[in-house]
Amino acid sequence: MKTNLPVIYCLLSIALMQGVAWGIERFAPPDFESGHQLPQPTTPEPRESVLEYLDVVVLFLALVLASYLVLKRRSRKLIFVLMIFSIVYFGFWRKGCICPIGAIQNAVFTVFDADYAASITVVLFFLLPLAFTLFFGRVFCAGVCPLGAIQDVFLLKPISVPPWLESALRLLAYAYLGLAVLLAATGCAFVICRYDPFIGFFRMSATLNMLIVGACFLLVGIFVGRPYCRFFCPYGIILRLISRISRWRVTITPDECIKCRLCQDACPFGAIEEPTAEWAGQDYDKGKKILAIALGILPVLILLGGWGVSRTAGKMSRMHPTVKLADRIYLEESGQAKDTTDASAAFRGTGRSVEELYAETASIQFAVGRGSWILGGFLGLVIGLKLIMHCVRRPRTDYQADKAQCLACGRCFKYCPRERLRLAKLREQTASKG
Amino acid sequence: MAENNHDMNRRDFLKTGAGTACLAGLGGLTWLARGKKSKSHTVWQLDPHVCVSCGNCENHCVLEISAVKCVHAFAMCGYCNLCTGFLRPDPVTLDSGAENEPCPTGAIKRTFIEDPYYEYTIDESLCIGCGKCVKGCAAFGNGSLFLQVRHDRCLNCNECSIAAACPSGAYKRVPAENPYLLKDVSHS
Repeated sequence: MKTNLPVIYCLLSIALMQGVAWGIERFAPPDFESGHQLPQPTTPEPRESVLEYLDVVVLFLALVLASYLVLKRRSRKLIFVLMIFSIVYFGFWRKGCICPIGAIQNAVFTVFDADYAASITVVLFFLLPLAFTLFFGRVFCAGVCPLGAIQDVFLLKPISVPPWLESALRLLAYAYLGLAVLLAATGCAFVICRYDPFIGFFRMSATLNMLIVGACFLLVGIFVGRPYCRFFCPYGIILRLISRISRWRVTITPDECIKCRLCQDACPFGAIEEPTAEWAGQDYDKGKKILAIALGILPVLILLGGWGVSRTAGKMSRMHPTVKLADRIYLEESGQAKDTTDASAAFRGTGRSVEELYAETASIQFAVGRGSWILGGFLGLVIGLKLIMHCVRRPRTDYQADKAQCLACGRCFKYCPRERLRLAKLREQTASKG
Repeated sequence: MAENNHDMNRRDFLKTGAGTACLAGLGGLTWLARGKKSKSHTVWQLDPHVCVSCGNCENHCVLEISAVKCVHAFAMCGYCNLCTGFLRPDPVTLDSGAENEPCPTGAIKRTFIEDPYYEYTIDESLCIGCGKCVKGCAAFGNGSLFLQVRHDRCLNCNECSIAAACPSGAYKRVPAENPYLLKDVSHS
């Protein structure tokens, strides 16, 4: 019996050489005399759509609650409780997916891809925090985002980052946002999801590399408040922009600022701005000169950025599976590679022509090339605008939370003497009522 | 002072304008998303007719034990005695010894039905989605064994890690109401 088998296989494989790899009926399914009933393959259902909508409802309620706690109740303790809830629900229970940060890519892909349309729950996940930020500031960051929350609970010994360094590091987030949009728009990859440092903790499984990156973020986060949020988060960049024009936002003091600067010690994110005086005459002149220079070099920066980033277009387009495949096929066609890979073998199995593949690749590479010019131009513009903003001074009379930077964590409330006075009065009132 | 007031008004005007523009933008995006064909919730699935059973499903899933498992389309199966999904091409003996089976976990159960037919069922609690049996069945058999994302296990990640690693582009997003791409007699 043993010796028979290889012979049978050989005969079979010769006989079936021309057959397709799958799904030909080499052995007719039997008619059972015993009346044996064929079992059916089972198909366990995915998570019900209703539950997906439930997630959106939970997100909405969490945002409402966060807005209330930040703007009305002004309680760091309750914000902290909401943060823990978000880590548990959106993090460990929902395993961190879908999140608004990653949903940027779904939104972009929906706009650029003809066949793909993000489901309405994903669109809502992307839009709800934006809408809330438009009205209430970055309350999403305060207590709803599981990625922010997990960093926030690790923040034990905050040290301050010099403003110039903070501003420079934030460029990383702009670059990350631009890159993620470019790669999602061209269908190359969803990099935000691929390199999410914390989702491995939520799922309790990740590649070693991502676990190390995540652990590093949390370790650095013990001293530097929320490093991912401040220096990398692509969604944070969008929220920053929208938060600048938000209708209401965090106010440190409940009524008036007495300029005690106590609140500045409270903020681990360097988001509280000192009062500034009007500029003196010579400063004003100097500022004007710098502004003129900054405006002058803005177009240069944009062009330089575009040129610089477009140099990397080849590398970026190789993240696209089709381009990667075409590279491999080219190597094989030109004889530089003798063997085949799984991908090239699969491609040859489909019977598509190489020319077709090359044409598709060329169009992807063109799109990435054009996108890289736009991305570089965008980065140049960001750097240029940063320079320009340095020459613009808004006079402030009070200590204020920076519109864009404030994460609405609520740490500063308790530090304000006026707030303590308000709380004492509240306690008195409830005591006299009781 | 009057000029200062004027300045504030202008800023408020710009702010409101920008705010309204933002809202309009958000609304526009929603409309765009709704205008497209598929509005339903989607899940990941692999097309067994495109799959080359390379083994990436086993290793690239974010779950420790992959959400992809082998499924058997019994109606396509020849119920062979010498099943090439169940036995290696060169078995020592024709039994379920580990040295004879391609399945590294012994997840395929063989049951005698009637002479000369045997039924092969997958024990999903053991299956790791390596696709070794799928390869054997496709090479010499009817191709009735194939891989599928099992949705009781799949986390439905935004970017499926296996999809990113799939060499044949077999992975796609499918509507959640119709989450399986099963092989059957008519499709084969």
